[in-house]
Amino acid sequence: MATIEIDKVSKIYHGGVPAVSEVDIQIDDGEFIVLVGPSGCGKSTLLRMVAGLETISSGTVKISGRVVNDVEPADRDIAMVFQNYALYPHMSVRENLAYGLKNRRTPKNEIEARVAEAARMLELGPYLDRKPRALSGGQRQRVAMGRAIVRHPSAFLFDEPLSNLDAKLRVSMRGEIKRLQRRVGTTSLYVTHDQLEAMTLADRLVVLNGGRIEQIGRPLDVYHAPASTFVASFIGSPAMNLVQGELHGSRLAIGPALIDLGQAVPTQGAVTVGFRAEDLQVATGGAAAHADTLPLSVDYVEELGSQRLVHGTVGDQAVTVALSSDAPLSGEMQVAVPLGRLHFFDAGTGRRLAWSTAETHRTTTTANLLETAR
Amino acid sequence: MHRTRILDHAVLILGALFLTLPVVVAFMTSSHEAAAIHSKGLMLSPGGHFVDTYEKVLTRQGGFTGQVTGARMMMNSFILGVGFALGKIVLSMLAAYAIVYFRFRFATLAFWVIFTTLLLPLEVRIMPSYEVMSGLGLINTYTGLIVPLLASATGTFYFRQFFKSVPEELLEAARIDGAGPFKFFIDVLVPLSKTMIAAIFIIMFVYGWNQYLWPMLMTTDERFFTLMRGIKQILQVWIGSQIPDYNEAFALAVLAMLPPVLVVVVFQSWFIKGLTESDK
Ligand SMILES: Nc1ncnc2c1ncn2[C@@H]1O[C@H](COP(=O)(O)OP(=O)(O)OP(=O)(O)O)[C@@H](O)[C@H]1O
Ligand SMILES: [Mg+2]
Repeated sequence: MATIEIDKVSKIYHGGVPAVSEVDIQIDDGEFIVLVGPSGCGKSTLLRMVAGLETISSGTVKISGRVVNDVEPADRDIAMVFQNYALYPHMSVRENLAYGLKNRRTPKNEIEARVAEAARMLELGPYLDRKPRALSGGQRQRVAMGRAIVRHPSAFLFDEPLSNLDAKLRVSMRGEIKRLQRRVGTTSLYVTHDQLEAMTLADRLVVLNGGRIEQIGRPLDVYHAPASTFVASFIGSPAMNLVQGELHGSRLAIGPALIDLGQAVPTQGAVTVGFRAEDLQVATGGAAAHADTLPLSVDYVEELGSQRLVHGTVGDQAVTVALSSDAPLSGEMQVAVPLGRLHFFDAGTGRRLAWSTAETHRTTTTANLLETAR
Repeated sequence: MHRTRILDHAVLILGALFLTLPVVVAFMTSSHEAAAIHSKGLMLSPGGHFVDTYEKVLTRQGGFTGQVTGARMMMNSFILGVGFALGKIVLSMLAAYAIVYFRFRFATLAFWVIFTTLLLPLEVRIMPSYEVMSGLGLINTYTGLIVPLLASATGTFYFRQFFKSVPEELLEAARIDGAGPFKFFIDVLVPLSKTMIAAIFIIMFVYGWNQYLWPMLMTTDERFFTLMRGIKQILQVWIGSQIPDYNEAFALAVLAMLPPVLVVVVFQSWFIKGLTESDK
């Protein structure tokens, strides 16, 4: 078991722009941390620096309190699961699992016991004597997991381990990874570009953008209080609506609509306003108490079965509304915005603006948050 | 449909005959007596002297010194072929490993230097090579026969291309699994290269087996004569009467064909098995 401390770590590939800059993350023992961000944001680079596969340009990485900047990957006591599994094609599943242990001169009976244990955990028993090519994608994935588990490392590192699987298998493997990690309690650092995977797996999320950390926090905290417009649009599906607005006193102007917030506001003048598609409702006679409405001209509707996504514009700004599949539709609609669920971001920097004591308080703990949501 | 099939077969049969007839003729002719061959030319039917001709060729002491038999020459060729192929494989794998997996200064330059030597055939550097070998006193040794030919640009090039196609993650996984450079090479790279090794073994064995010019320069002692020289020698030296021993020359030629055929057959099946089974 281990803690991982990433302290002001940067990576600059020869002469280029920094791929990772000044990243700080403290990972507790047994914690499951997910690094999430768009393609090219430096997730893999950061993970590989922790693994020791990439040199660290500046800053320090500590595993269990020991600085490992110059320690070989094999001596960092970590195990890694690769996107393409990287199984040794000429070795049987059993040999694949045992290889790392063999190199560490683990006694034979100990190796056998650990391989058997991992095979049982991952239900790999019937495949132990097969070569990787004779396995399905999901089974190969499990072998890759097994190769990490048998080592009893102090940390697991995953680099998009599920992205080669089909959607259905990805969901079930996701559950399996979570279950396994809970069971063995090993500190984990997991890279993905899939925000849903990040939300479901993480104890804490690290959202990266352009090599910098945008936000670190528990999934629901990040979801309910994104620290920037980037996080707001990245986490959650459909992406949060972000529109330009003006604050005058306690009134908010969005295109043609004027909403009375009826309380203190974080700033005056131009802001970026965010609200989630699923927080919007069709305004009927009995709309929610603190709601005001926006006029929406509908462009098109996507039917998802459980809900329908209505895409339209407010003024000239695109807005998406998630409605239940039996909600009435028309070309021009009034949608209600729950005032407590509005997010304000600086129109220039995109950073979140705290806008009332109630809100700041709400986002501090998930428990409070759920209560407010009710 | 039916007619084209007959035509297809005809073409195939013609092609097969075209390729096998010379071999059949050589084999059949070798089982006749020299005199018969001299008077009647090449033969297509078996003669009655198969066993004694071959036995004679393999065991008779020949040459000026009477020290060299067909079997001895065959063994020499075999040593040359195998030593050649194995040495080239080992050397070129190691060279390619260094070029692909180790970041040292001028690695690319080193590769291109090796690669351009492809343009220089053995014949170009044969005199300096001879010079060096004779200076080292390696004339008339197996070492002198084999070692100067071992550096192989072709082999290095093929292995380099192959190593480059091995996914990077395998190396990384091995590093995390605690395999150092040596272990990675032996445990991962060599097994993965099996098909490549088989292919290069075929090519290089045949190449070494067929060497003529270099062994001729390097060996004056008849105990080191190879089959290729022996065949030549029969027609020049082993003249019993006025008639050259055509039958023996043919017999030796047939014998000279066998090992390469064997190597190709054995390694080809290995090679094809590897091709169809392995996925990197
Ligand atoms: N070996 C390298 N040399 C130079 N630049 C590199 C190298 N590897 C990555 N980069 C650059 O560093 C940045 C971060 O790359 P990285 O692979 O960490 O992205 P990522 O977040 O893992 O993306 P993805 O989701 O596509 O895997 C990219 O802009 C990439 O072009
Ligand atoms: Mg990546």
